[in-house]
Amino acid sequence: MLEKALTGSKRYWTWIFILLAIIGVGFINYLRQFDYGLGITGMSRDVSWGFYISQFTFLVGVAASAVMLVIPYYLHDFKTFGKVVILGEFLAIAAVTMCILFIFVDLGQPMRVMNVILHPTPNSILFWDAMVLNGYLFINLIVGWTTLTADRKGVPPPDWVKPLIYLSVPWAVSIHTVTAFLYAGLPGRHFWLTAVMAARFLGSAFASGPALLIILCLIVRKVSKFDPGKEAIQALGKIVTYAMFANVFLLGLEFFTAFYSQIPGHMHPFVYLYAGLDGYSKLVPLMWMSTILAIVSLIILVNPNMRRKENMLAFACVAVFISLWIDKGFGLVVGGFVPNMFERVTEYWPSLPEALITLGIWSIGFLVLTILYKIAIAVREQTASWPELH
Amino acid sequence: MSINRRKFLKIAGASALFGLTGASAIEELLTTNAEASVSPGPEALTAKRWAMVIDVSKIKTKEDYEKIIHACHSIHNVPDIGNKKDEVKWIWEEEYENTFPGVSDEFIPESIKHKPFLALCNHCAKPPCVRVCPTKATFKRPDGIVAMDYHRCIGCRFCMAACPFGARSFNWRDPRPFIKEKEENKEFPTRMKGVVEKCTFCSERLARGLKPACVEKSNGALVFGDLEDSNSEVRKVLSANYTIRRKPEIGSGPSVYYVIGGNEHA
Repeated sequence: MLEKALTGSKRYWTWIFILLAIIGVGFINYLRQFDYGLGITGMSRDVSWGFYISQFTFLVGVAASAVMLVIPYYLHDFKTFGKVVILGEFLAIAAVTMCILFIFVDLGQPMRVMNVILHPTPNSILFWDAMVLNGYLFINLIVGWTTLTADRKGVPPPDWVKPLIYLSVPWAVSIHTVTAFLYAGLPGRHFWLTAVMAARFLGSAFASGPALLIILCLIVRKVSKFDPGKEAIQALGKIVTYAMFANVFLLGLEFFTAFYSQIPGHMHPFVYLYAGLDGYSKLVPLMWMSTILAIVSLIILVNPNMRRKENMLAFACVAVFISLWIDKGFGLVVGGFVPNMFERVTEYWPSLPEALITLGIWSIGFLVLTILYKIAIAVREQTASWPELH
Repeated sequence: MSINRRKFLKIAGASALFGLTGASAIEELLTTNAEASVSPGPEALTAKRWAMVIDVSKIKTKEDYEKIIHACHSIHNVPDIGNKKDEVKWIWEEEYENTFPGVSDEFIPESIKHKPFLALCNHCAKPPCVRVCPTKATFKRPDGIVAMDYHRCIGCRFCMAACPFGARSFNWRDPRPFIKEKEENKEFPTRMKGVVEKCTFCSERLARGLKPACVEKSNGALVFGDLEDSNSEVRKVLSANYTIRRKPEIGSGPSVYYVIGGNEHA
């Protein structure tokens, strides 16, 4: 089926080459980082994780969100998702690929990455995260590829793939829970030491992932003859709505605990992020932008008349995605490090090479996504004229 | 026997994967029994759990602090990079209110509030850094010292996120150009970029029967000994003085104690 990605319109190839160009720039900058060390980034002794780890965290959520399609379609026989479920699975593959790359570029000694397998350490959450992420990648590769191949041949997917599909449901929950445990089990970081961390991760994941998927569905419909279906997009819109409310609710719980208890250590990171601390306030505009976008998106999403208009829904989804990207793909990680263990503030901002490497990895993700979607769409366009199978 | 292209690619791919992981995995399996046979030499100082008491009242001048810090940093080839972002440090000064956040109060004597304290790795009884390390590059020795294997560390910095005391430094760049040539201690390894490092309670000196360098240069302000031995010097100081530890509520069990007031018994 891969050959279907090798034929395309001029627009398709232009897009591919733009992505390749950005990947090239990112790769050159990675070589610079490889040579100089991670000092090329904006990270420091005090803020020792930055953009890379936060992108990883955010994208684990996007990957996990495929479960929001798998559950209705495979467990509840919700036929409307029949056409989009493959798009969800392929999005998960692209997202996990980016996750693994973001972990890799964050390593100070990347050539030793195999030490994680050579010296397996079950008490380390990072060990488990590596396991579940790779497992999730393989499950989705097998499930996505097998179901699509069956589709092309006009036969139902083989029986052996069913257990894998069911397994992918708890597995998706596990990747984001384990990722939350990276943070939520550290005794000295008040901002991360919270039992609702995993729940909030899932809430934000099930909002940001389907929001991105809606945007992708609308793009797919525009550039190809394949239509994921109005109803499917609307159903996804409802999922985004519920999940975004759950996420904002859980964030509200964090605020309550910090500010009603008045425990300084709990309040400081929130104060730093939303108001600035000791005169340092680099992230304040971003965090308020995230807040405003969240409110705007919820106003649109909660109102059925607005949500049903596809351009309004698309706008709301972009707002959800950017809002959650700022919250989880930036603020969450930095907030854990500010103030530091000595109550001093060191600020963080990504450097240019760091930003270009990050952009490069996002482009790799979009390249993987484009190729997979191209194949899926080609198969669907081919079979669209055939009579209904199921 | 003919081999088609598809088959060739399959075999090539499988062998490449094996070459990357399999060969070294087998090597690892064959050599795991070799490491347990190291035993301390006859002159080595040994303990069940090493600990340190720092009497800050006995460290008076800026020179006193500098002497202690320099002793550590020079023998361990700790680079002086000269900017805060890339800083590497094993032992350093912090004011009281920063060393003990949440404990400090605005009405305590000014002399204590802004008094410099020495900060270093606490060699915790239940070290969170060891718990999170994905490769066992940082580990707790039977004598309580939390040690580092610079050759196994992959530089993920999970330990830095986990350490409640900000004791760990990362080599954001090659540290070697920042070690003064005259000062380089050829008997202690320098580090490479991309690995984490921190205080080791001078395990390399203990092995040769010497106390940690900072203790040696402290004129008695730093006391070092076995916490599990009731006759040890640290236990004597602990039973005669009121001491505090950093963030005991976290439960990691720091092995570094501080005497603030200081009196004749100390």
